[in-house]
Amino acid sequence: MYGWIWRTLPGGLPGKLVGSLLLLTAVVAVLFLVVFPAVEPLLPYSDVTVEPAPAQQSAP
Amino acid sequence: MSDAIRTGLRGLGQTLITLGVVLLLFCVYELQVTNLITARAQDRLGDSLARSWAEAPRQSVPGSGAPGQPPAGQPVATPALGGAFARLYAPSLQGYGSRVVVEGVGVQDLKDGPGHIPTTALPGAVGNVVLSGHRTTYGQPFNRWDELQPGDAVVLETRDTWFTYTISGAQIVAPTAVEVTLPVPRQPGATPTEALLTMTTCNPKYSARQRLIVSAVLSATTPKSAGLPPALKGA
Repeated sequence: MYGWIWRTLPGGLPGKLVGSLLLLTAVVAVLFLVVFPAVEPLLPYSDVTVEPAPAQQSAP
Repeated sequence: MSDAIRTGLRGLGQTLITLGVVLLLFCVYELQVTNLITARAQDRLGDSLARSWAEAPRQSVPGSGAPGQPPAGQPVATPALGGAFARLYAPSLQGYGSRVVVEGVGVQDLKDGPGHIPTTALPGAVGNVVLSGHRTTYGQPFNRWDELQPGDAVVLETRDTWFTYTISGAQIVAPTAVEVTLPVPRQPGATPTEALLTMTTCNPKYSARQRLIVSAVLSATTPKSAGLPPALKGA
């Protein structure tokens, strides 16, 4: 996959480097701004309140 | 044929490395970026708290000011959900400084700072003030709460008053132990006579298996016009 991306990026070596950086930045941005915040509630350690037994999913 | 195998293996390898890098990035996000998010929120809330304290008219004439006996009417205005509520100090924890407490313990509220459970007492009032906060990530306001010893002070600053609470003890309970948040902890229906502060966070760190509960009792009520409370002097 990475080989294919590298071959597909235009602009010779400088263009490929700039294109790679842009792609990397975009991927990290999507991860930090969308994916990680969405996945985070599935993790347990933000549960800090005490709750009645049945509702343990609802609050942090 | 062997080319196909080679391509397949290379793809598999690249996928696994990518997954590993993504997981590492997730750790960076949780351990670093969430603290930055909360630090920004705390700055914003601190500003709004300072502004509202400077602007808002006094809610009520302060009464006697004796510990545990808040003046008639409310000592503190009921805050808006999600808004800045009070400022929390833990002078016995070196380098802790203070945190802005928000009203509410929803997911977003706790990302902004430690939260006050809206149905529980307000600072200084007879009953039980219950605060919840992150032990890890998102500014981790209660990260070192296991270091608080009986006798240590925790101070809540409101518009007009410093409320100094003295730690009375800590316990580790099941996540379902809602009885610790009652006006008289563990005694449903009992009429409160003491002004208590209960703080809940997760335990152990990075787990939700248990809750750490730190309890405190109101020990001093200091009008802000009288200067800093003894617990914060020299801090």
